[in-house]
Amino acid sequence: MSNKILVFLEQRNGLIKKQSFEPARKGFSLSKEINCEVTGLLIGDEITNINSLEEHGLTNVVHLKNSKLKNYSSTAYSKLVYDFAKERGYNILLFSHTALGKDLAPIVAAKLDAGYGADCTSLTINNGNLIAERPIFAGKALMNFSLNSEVKVFTLRPNSVSLTDDGYRVQTNVIINEINDEQLDLRSMVIDFEKAEGKLDVAEADIIVSGGRGMKGPENFYLLEELAQLIGGAVGASRAVVDAGWRPHSEQVGQTGKTVSPKLYIACGISGAIQHLAGMSSSKCIVAINKDKDAPIFQVADYGIVGNVLEILPKLKNELKKYLE
Amino acid sequence: MQIVVTLSHVPDTATKIKISSDRKSIDPAGVSFVINPYDEFAIEEGLRTKEKFGGNVIIVSYGNDGAKESIKKALAMGADKGILIKGDLNVDSLTVAKALATKISELKPDVVFCGKQSVDYDSSAVAQMLAELLNLPSISTVVSLEFSDGKLKAKREVEGGLEIVESTLPAIITAQKGLNEPRYASIKGIMAAKSKPIEEATFDASQNKLSVNELRLPDSKRKSRIFDSEDASISELVRLLREEAKVI
Repeated sequence: MSNKILVFLEQRNGLIKKQSFEPARKGFSLSKEINCEVTGLLIGDEITNINSLEEHGLTNVVHLKNSKLKNYSSTAYSKLVYDFAKERGYNILLFSHTALGKDLAPIVAAKLDAGYGADCTSLTINNGNLIAERPIFAGKALMNFSLNSEVKVFTLRPNSVSLTDDGYRVQTNVIINEINDEQLDLRSMVIDFEKAEGKLDVAEADIIVSGGRGMKGPENFYLLEELAQLIGGAVGASRAVVDAGWRPHSEQVGQTGKTVSPKLYIACGISGAIQHLAGMSSSKCIVAINKDKDAPIFQVADYGIVGNVLEILPKLKNELKKYLE
Repeated sequence: MQIVVTLSHVPDTATKIKISSDRKSIDPAGVSFVINPYDEFAIEEGLRTKEKFGGNVIIVSYGNDGAKESIKKALAMGADKGILIKGDLNVDSLTVAKALATKISELKPDVVFCGKQSVDYDSSAVAQMLAELLNLPSISTVVSLEFSDGKLKAKREVEGGLEIVESTLPAIITAQKGLNEPRYASIKGIMAAKSKPIEEATFDASQNKLSVNELRLPDSKRKSRIFDSEDASISELVRLLREEAKVI
């Protein structure tokens, strides 16, 4: 059977999400390597940034359109992706491992009776076979695997595919398929969205400034908020401080919180419990500030400062300010 | 209400992971196993739903004999009955979902609660696959939940906020931390659990579609340059972040 690649493009409020450019690029590069077709699939209402796909290699995009598809519905979206893939014989499906992607992709995989590889950090071709790698146990180990089914569904971990602009552009042709209301299975649907108060989410941030018990109390987290704001980052937290009620769970980094891989992770007053390290050790650059020189966090850090975090943070902020000005 | 909760018996998150000599599985020696932390929220939500609307809470787990220990804990928390489906553990999410579906479809649930992911293989997939196999809608990563007029209204955590999702019933819900505060088993509960039944079944997992080529530990190639807290060190750190690591 010849290969056909389908890339799911996620939109929110009519904008294709940046995270979807990663499976788009991956789909494009795989299609070149195994010499096969690649198509992007968009589900939604009006889309305003179709042009942004030209940088990422997709020449063919199909847009399944209906005003009721503006918001996510797992039942409606999964049926549409399944019908599309099944009818046209797509056998490699790529999603981003976002909140939506990790909800939708397994449903589609079950409908297709496909093999499923979630949260992959690598997807390559070896002797014509797809080889994937994914972190397990929140990154304490890595699994190298293959899917032995005819149809294969993968989600890619955000930030695992480089989106550097290499100057390559394609013409993206979009075919719009209007979907009738009768084709929509809306048993489950998003009816509203509550935005977190203007804060950057740790799951999406390029820089994370995280605090642990060494911050001494919730009243000192303003130091991290100021630093995060200065360098365009998000505030994260260890499990200990979330369990103590100092910070909301949405900020928790670690095995029972979020697994993150930002380009810069600054761990402040975090000793580095194994379940915390699991959630952040794939960050590109790690800075640790802790008073205990033997704290395990220093073993995964690129740079460390041993000392009182409450004294160091204001100084660090001032130094950074000098550089940024 | 017929309430089903799925349960996974997983290595404690404080455990250090070692890889077996076959390089394809985790070495279980010295590893302590617990109820998957997210499943505790699912069990609690199941018990609260029963307290509100009446009915039964049935725990269903795919695993080996060791999982009985976790099922007993769930029974001690207040669940009514356990079902353990035994089969090969080195299988993909869809195989686990199929095994669970064979038993859960017989139970004709009004609602199924699962953890949003198990903290071993982290795929966040079994619950949604189970929903598809049972032809039910699902809502994942839920932090708040309300039953009203035969429908469900849930808040689900996504990047940058919460989605408000409405769904028909029966449905499958996956629990995120924050949904509730799981109770501890009481002495009375622990005693009562001793007489609660754990039914056993087996599942043929030969349709597994994932083959592991190799497991490995991540390479640590960190520079680990540690400074004191002098002012000069802090300026040096900022310079390195800018010029060497190029991250700011």
